[in-house]
Amino acid sequence: MSAVIGDRCSVFGFLLLGMGAGSAIGVQAAPDQRVPITDHRAQRAALRVCSDPNNLPFSDKQGGGFENKIAELIARDMHARLEYTWSPQRRGFVKRTLNADECDLIIGVPIGYGLVTTTAPYYRSSYVFVSRAGSAAPRSLDDPQLRRARIGVALIGSHYQNTPPGHALAARGIVQNVVGYPVYGDYAKRAAPPELIDAVANGEIDVAIAWGPVAGYWASRRRNALVVTPIAALTDSAALPMNFEIALGVRRGDTSLAARLNDILARNRRAINSILDSYGIPRAR
Amino acid sequence: MISAIRDPRSSILLALLLALDGCRAERVPSSGDTSAARAAVATIAGARVGAPAPSSDSGQWTMPAKDFANSRFSELAQVTAQNAKNLRQSWSFSTGVLRGHEGAPLVVNNTMYVVTPFPNVAYAFDLTQPGAPLKWKYRPNTAEAAVGIACCDVVNRGAAYADGILVYNRLDGHTVAVRATDGTELWDTALGDINRGETMTMAPLVAKGKVFVGNSGGEMGVRGWMAALDLKTGKELWRAFSTGSDKDVRIGTRFKPFYASDRGTDLGLSSWPGTSWKTGGGAVWGWLSYDPQLNLIYSGTSNPGPWNQDARPGDNKWTCAILARDADTGEVVWAYQITPHDLWDYDGVNENILADLPIHGTMRKVLVHFDRNGFQYTIDRATGEVLLAKAFVPANWSADFDLTTGRHQLVPSKMTKQGAKTTDICPSLEGGKNEQPAAFSPRTGLFYVPTNNLCMDFEVRAVSYIAGTPYIGANAPEKGGPGGYKGEFMAWDATTGTKRWGIREPFPVWSGVLATAGDVVFYGTLDGWFKAIDAKSGAELWKQKLSSGIIGNPMTFLGPDGKQYVAVYSGIGGDMGLLIAGDVAASPSYDVRQRGTTLPDLAKFTSWGGTVHVFSLP
Repeated sequence: MSAVIGDRCSVFGFLLLGMGAGSAIGVQAAPDQRVPITDHRAQRAALRVCSDPNNLPFSDKQGGGFENKIAELIARDMHARLEYTWSPQRRGFVKRTLNADECDLIIGVPIGYGLVTTTAPYYRSSYVFVSRAGSAAPRSLDDPQLRRARIGVALIGSHYQNTPPGHALAARGIVQNVVGYPVYGDYAKRAAPPELIDAVANGEIDVAIAWGPVAGYWASRRRNALVVTPIAALTDSAALPMNFEIALGVRRGDTSLAARLNDILARNRRAINSILDSYGIPRAR
Repeated sequence: MISAIRDPRSSILLALLLALDGCRAERVPSSGDTSAARAAVATIAGARVGAPAPSSDSGQWTMPAKDFANSRFSELAQVTAQNAKNLRQSWSFSTGVLRGHEGAPLVVNNTMYVVTPFPNVAYAFDLTQPGAPLKWKYRPNTAEAAVGIACCDVVNRGAAYADGILVYNRLDGHTVAVRATDGTELWDTALGDINRGETMTMAPLVAKGKVFVGNSGGEMGVRGWMAALDLKTGKELWRAFSTGSDKDVRIGTRFKPFYASDRGTDLGLSSWPGTSWKTGGGAVWGWLSYDPQLNLIYSGTSNPGPWNQDARPGDNKWTCAILARDADTGEVVWAYQITPHDLWDYDGVNENILADLPIHGTMRKVLVHFDRNGFQYTIDRATGEVLLAKAFVPANWSADFDLTTGRHQLVPSKMTKQGAKTTDICPSLEGGKNEQPAAFSPRTGLFYVPTNNLCMDFEVRAVSYIAGTPYIGANAPEKGGPGGYKGEFMAWDATTGTKRWGIREPFPVWSGVLATAGDVVFYGTLDGWFKAIDAKSGAELWKQKLSSGIIGNPMTFLGPDGKQYVAVYSGIGGDMGLLIAGDVAASPSYDVRQRGTTLPDLAKFTSWGGTVHVFSLP
C-alpha cells in the first residue's frame, strides 16, 4: 500500500485509495462505508485535479492560470505529484470529473455550491463594472448612467438563469440597452479575452458588468484602457448576492480531504494571496 | 392541492384511486366509466394523412416520421390486435453509447440505419443476413466540447434518407451526408457554433433535393434558425432566422398571418428590447413536416432566451411559434405565435402532423400540434387559422383561449417572476408533451399521444457556477400532476379536441408513437416497457421489458423475408433521463429542475445503455 512513501503522502495515499473504491459503489456512499480495493493510483501519491483546459485567468492546459498555481502549491505542500484531468467547465463538469472519479479536487467553486463539499473560502470577489479609462465609471447599480449606457453582461445559458447583475438590471427595468455575451470563451482560440471585455475595449459597449476575476485579469492586461470598479453592495436584494466566496471543492462527503486542504489553505494564506494579486484578481472584504 | 386545474379528464374519484396505485399503468376511458373501457371507439370517417408517403415505400421507413406529414403511420398490417401477443425479439444490437437514444432507425433497401447520441456514430445493418451484421459504421469527428453545451443530454433524433444519401446532424453543429451503400462521407457542412451555445440534435427533413435543418440551444443565447442545404453538395441554399428583421426571418410580400397580433413589420425586432433579439432563442430543434401541394415546410421554434422574462418585455417573436415557409425560398407564408412572451419554457417545437380531417362537417387540411403548453391546436395549414385549441393535460396557466385573437387569457397567479415564488404551475417546463412525437392513424382518425402529467413550482435557488462564473440559479421542482400519475398515453380526437381513452403511466411517456394499419399502436415507457396497444379500444395487447428506458420512436418495416418487423431504441436519457434519481443521476448542476425528486424511483427499473431492438411475429 502506501508504506513506501512518506508520512504525509501515506495519509493522502490512503485518502485516494478510499475515494477510488468509493466511486465504485456510488458517490453517495459515506467515506467510512467504502471498501478499500487495490488501486494502482494509491501506489503513488498524486493530487488529482480536474481543471478547464482553456479558461484564463482560472486555468489552462499550459498551467498558466491562478488555479493552476494554487494546485501546484497544494501538491507541493502534500509532497504529491500533480495530475490533471482536463475538462471544459461547462454543463455536467462535476458529473464528468469529481463524480466520475476522474479527480479528487476542483480548485475553484463558490461556497454554497451544492454539488460538492467545499473547504473554507480562500478568496472573496464581487461583480465589477468594467469601463474605458477616461469615461466615468458607474458608482453603483443605481447609477443613472446605467439607464443610458450600453451595458454588457455574461449570458449563463440555462432556463431563467442570468448573472446577478443581469437580474438586477432587469429588476430596474434596464433592458433596452443591455447586451448579452457568451459566458464561455472561444475554445478555437487560446488565451483569448472574453468577448464581453473586448466589447468595452473596442467601444461596442460602454460598460461591462463581469465577475471580478475575469474582469480584473483581462483589464490588467489593458491597464491603460480599462478600469475595474467593484460593485460595493454585498447584495442587490436578498436573492441577488454580488459577492461570492470561492473555495476548493472535493467530492460530496469527502470531509477528510476537505479538512486536510483547510489546513493547507490556512498555512499558505499569504502565498495564495500573492498568486491572486499577480493575476489582478479583485477581492472583496 | 392544485386549484383551478383545467383537467379534461376523468373524475376526481378515479384520480384518487390512481393516486393510491400510481406505480402501475392503468387504462382509463376518458369518461371514467369502466364499462366503456373494452368498447371500440368510433372512428372518424374520411380522415386522411395530409401528405402520405408513396405506396412503393410502405415496407420502408426512409424519413424520421415515416412521411412528410409526420403521421408515423405505416400501411403494414401483419401485426394485428389478434396476433400482437405473439411478438418476440428477433435481434438486438448495443450501440455502445450510454446516453439518451431519441429518434428512430431508418430502413431503406433492406438496410437499417441507426444514428447514436454523441459521438453521433452511424451504423448500417444488412437485413438480408441472419443477425443483421454491419455493412458499415461511420464515426464522425464530433467535437467533444459540444457535450457541455447541449442543454438536455447529448441526444440525436435521427437521420433522413434520399437519393442514396443518408444525412444527419452532429451535436457540434455540423450536418453530414454519407453514401448509404458504403458509409463514405460525401459532405460535412458546419452550420452552428458551439462557442455561441449552438448545437444540433434534430432530425433533418429532405424534400425536393433539399435538406432542412435547424439549431438547438434556446437557453444558451443562440439565435434560432432553419437552413436549407443542397442534398448533393451540402451547400447552404438559404438560412432563415427566428428573430430579427423581416429580411432575416424571410418575411416578405407573401406573409399573411391569420391573427392581427402576428401582423406588422419587423416584429422580430420590435417585440424585443434593444438588441436582445440577437440572443433571443427561437431555436428550431424539433420535427419538420412538409406539404408538397402547398410547398410549405412547417417548423416550430423554441422558447425565448436567455433572459428572464423581466428582461425581455414584448411578444418576443418569433419564439414559441409555428412558421410555414416556402420550401424553395424559405419565405414565411404564415406564422402563429403559440405562446407569446413565454414565461414557462413552453417551446413550440413539437411536431406538426398534417392531416385532412372533418371539422364541423367540412373536410379541412389541417396541422395538428400538441404543444408544450398543454394545449392541442388544430390549425388550417394553408392559412394558420386556429380551428380549435383544447387542453390535453391540466393546463392552469390559461384561463381561456380566444379563437378571434388566437391568444390565451393568462392566469396571473401562474405567471413566473424573477425573485418571486410561483407554485403549482401545470404543465411543468417539460410540457404536457415534449419532443416525443405523436402518431396519427387515418383508419381511426385519432392521434396517439405520449404525454406528461407534471406540474412545477418556480423559485430562486442556491449558488451555481459555470465557466468560472458564479450566479444564482432558478429552481423549478417538478411533481406529478393531479391524479398521482406522471404520464399518460392517449388517443385523441383533434376534430373536437377530446380524449377517447388513455393509459396512465407512473412515469412521463417519453417515447414516440407508431401507428399501423393492423390497428396496433406502439409506445415505450421510461421504465423500459415496450407496449402494443389496440388502436381502437386502448387495450394492452403485448408488452416486453427492454434493457433500458425508452425515449426513442418505434418504427416498422417489411423485412427481405416478407415479414413485418417493429423496431425501437431503448436507452434512457434525454431531458427526462437527466432527472433519474440514485446512482444514475446525471443532471447538470445548473439545471433548474431538482434532481432526484421528480422521478425518485425510476432508477429501480432502469439504467443507461443504448440498444436497437427488432421484433416480429414468430
